[in-house]
Amino acid sequence: MANTYTLIQSVTVGSGGAASIEFGSIPQTYTDLVLVGSLRSTSTSSNTGEYDAFGYRFNSSTSGYTTRNLQGNGSVASSSTQTTMTASVGGTYGRISNAGINNSLSGTSIFTSINLYIPNYVGSINKSWSLEYVEEGNATTRYSEIIAGLWSNTTAISSIAFALVTGNFAQYSSASLYGIKNS
Amino acid sequence: MPATYEPISTQTIGTAIASVTFSSVPATYTDLILVFNGTSASTQGMELRFNGDTATNYSATRLRGDGASAASDRSSSLDVMEVGNVYTSQTVNVFQIMNYANTTTFKTVLCRSNNDSAQVSARVGLWRKTPEAITTIFLRPAGGANFSVGSVFTLYGIKAA
Repeated sequence: MANTYTLIQSVTVGSGGAASIEFGSIPQTYTDLVLVGSLRSTSTSSNTGEYDAFGYRFNSSTSGYTTRNLQGNGSVASSSTQTTMTASVGGTYGRISNAGINNSLSGTSIFTSINLYIPNYVGSINKSWSLEYVEEGNATTRYSEIIAGLWSNTTAISSIAFALVTGNFAQYSSASLYGIKNS
Repeated sequence: MPATYEPISTQTIGTAIASVTFSSVPATYTDLILVFNGTSASTQGMELRFNGDTATNYSATRLRGDGASAASDRSSSLDVMEVGNVYTSQTVNVFQIMNYANTTTFKTVLCRSNNDSAQVSARVGLWRKTPEAITTIFLRPAGGANFSVGSVFTLYGIKAA
């Protein structure tokens, strides 16, 4: 029986940082997609604290994004919804998180882990997805979040891009996209 | 690299149906992952049952957010495991069934249930029947609702080695 968890593409940010992380020309031959990332922002003037909100685009689209999240910060659990954000790279992105990924204020060498699952990414249905991430550190308040997301668009997903509300993705940030086949 | 993430079976709903069953699950993997992407005729919990066991051997704990508030609740001593949700709009449930083939421990399930318009949740479920390997997985929406046409269920096997 075939191994169906296949690496499609992997990105590691170089010494200059990167305003976005992008996966293009995604093959339409899998059933589901999984994206695993280790991300950090270069920002030292965060919009929200020691983390920066991050966003995404499918197929370069600037609309149709909504999320519903559940987060804990070490003392309180809460829930909220998100739609879009203006990214530092320019333009509108779907906002993934209520909090965000570690930035330069959050301690040396601390990266945020994310795991994104996108089922049926080529189907002619609106694209729903599941994501969890943890923005850790040694401070009193840190965030973990689970998120349900939707891109209200029935087009097959052929590209994915991530961007930050402020700053760039720091050197050594990495993300890998995997394809899963159900046969 | 050995094949460790293998498709066991996929079921795509062609006619609205009240339940889905995966039978003859091979015992050759370490863990199982079951992915659901679909809808139902009405908003319901999603219920699991293993090996046809209808005794009150199931419990579950939920942590959930509805976009405004966070909460947690539990169900216990039920004849099904309430460990997911299904909605009238696209729902993603990813179930992880750990160490499913052993005959010495009770079986636990983790589920991430996602619906953008209603709720996101993380759940854990327990099946307390005298330990036996899981060979059959039964799923249904609560309340007698049907899974809608186009809903897809895929069961994968994960090998530790």
